[in-house]
Amino acid sequence: MDNIIEVKGLVKQFGDFTAVSDISFAVKKGEIFAFLGPNGAGKSTTIKMLTTLLHPSSGSIHLNGFNPVDHGSEVRQSFGIVFQDPSLDDELTAWENMEFHGVLYNVPKKLRRERIEQLLKFVELWDRKDALVKEFSGGMKRRLEIARGLLHHPKVIFLDEPTLGLDPQTRNHMWAYLQELNKTEGVTVFFTTHYMEEAARIAQRIAIIDHGKIIATGSAAELTAQTKTSSLEDAFLKLTGDVIREEEAGSADRMRRMSRMWRGGGGRR
Amino acid sequence: MKTIYILWLRQIKRYLRSRSRIIGSLGQPLLFLLALGYGLGSVFQKAGEGNYFQFLGPGIIGMSIIFTAIFSGIELIWDRQFGFLKETMVAPVSRLNIMIGRTLGGATVAAFQGLIVFCIALIAGFRPYNWALVPVAFIFMLLVALLFTALGTAIASVLEDMQGFQLIMNFLVMPLFFLSGALFPLDGLPAVLGALVRFDPLSYGIDAFRALLSNAGTFGLGLDATVLVIITAVFLGIGSYLFSKIQV
Repeated sequence: MDNIIEVKGLVKQFGDFTAVSDISFAVKKGEIFAFLGPNGAGKSTTIKMLTTLLHPSSGSIHLNGFNPVDHGSEVRQSFGIVFQDPSLDDELTAWENMEFHGVLYNVPKKLRRERIEQLLKFVELWDRKDALVKEFSGGMKRRLEIARGLLHHPKVIFLDEPTLGLDPQTRNHMWAYLQELNKTEGVTVFFTTHYMEEAARIAQRIAIIDHGKIIATGSAAELTAQTKTSSLEDAFLKLTGDVIREEEAGSADRMRRMSRMWRGGGGRR
Repeated sequence: MKTIYILWLRQIKRYLRSRSRIIGSLGQPLLFLLALGYGLGSVFQKAGEGNYFQFLGPGIIGMSIIFTAIFSGIELIWDRQFGFLKETMVAPVSRLNIMIGRTLGGATVAAFQGLIVFCIALIAGFRPYNWALVPVAFIFMLLVALLFTALGTAIASVLEDMQGFQLIMNFLVMPLFFLSGALFPLDGLPAVLGALVRFDPLSYGIDAFRALLSNAGTFGLGLDATVLVIITAVFLGIGSYLFSKIQV
């Protein structure tokens, strides 16, 4: 089977801080793939590089056969993304947010209208299509973002911590939608999470990432077998160590690092 | 083209939906127009300068345009904070088109705001000296709106959050307004003030409005148009460059 994402020797440095340190992995077409790791492990930074928002310091990325640095447009057309924080326009209606996306991604009008209706019905927001997004709950916003991310028939959909802050019901619903779409449309799903049961239950393959490095890759069963543990949780702890991270003590440091990343200062320096 | 259009449309829709913003942003120009227009009218008349209301009208139109335009540009910071900017940044469209669409949308809103103030001034007693020139004045309003929206966008591209907003209001927008000759005639100014006024792009916009609406221009329409077009082009250039450097 073909690989839809191929990453080799990827590195991202912000000043003297290495957020992603020489990682390589591949994601197969039609796969559900999880990046599992604690907070600050480099998951979001990797997604940003895959989605053209950050330039890698070194290493190569191929997404749908294109390199994000040289073929930004082709790469952007190939993926949909649901960010960690909402990225909807609150002052527009659900339908207008979809329409806006469809126009930006150059989906022809007739197809756009059909697809918007199909997706909004699928995520059960069709009856709220003319409501302003600011009236939506967190779960409704997330569903709308998923629908929007799939509007232009992307090959891959990225979800950065998609279930953060959602109640279990919404979480289950959301995964049911995504698994269904993965089956019917063959869209590759790439998500990051720090919930182990979620990675174990949903993903066909998991990469465990910590301190900017990939420590292990495989299915949940392979990872537990490899570490001779009984659950993914034990495997994860065995691989990443069970000491409580000093990140609490060094939280100011982490904040600084995060803010540097979000500001993108590091990318320009 | 479609990208520019949809981003333009978004700005218009957002504007039309925020009724409180439309009304709120009219309060200040209205206050200036009525309090100063009627309050200083007799002094102005006694000084032999004619009807102050006729003089002030174009200045207040300029005021509402610069406030709305800079604010529209600055709105980019909100888009960044509320995440919407990311949605446009990962789309397969050029950043230049995103910037142009946003800026045109903001400029349309600001020029429209100028038009509303014009209508209010009409109700309050302002009379354009030649109605045929009003459409030309509106073209100049669009140009001034474009200039300052581009400036606002350029500033917002380098600002992190709204913390700098007060700074911009107090050290950029207010000086640009007060030094533009919106409130006072340009002849007979002290040398330093006169030089500052000539350095302020808004002066040329208001001068053009005044020439077209009250037949009381100082610089001449040719100079006004030249300066405004050049500065607009420069700000659009700087704005697009800074916008292309944004990382989200």
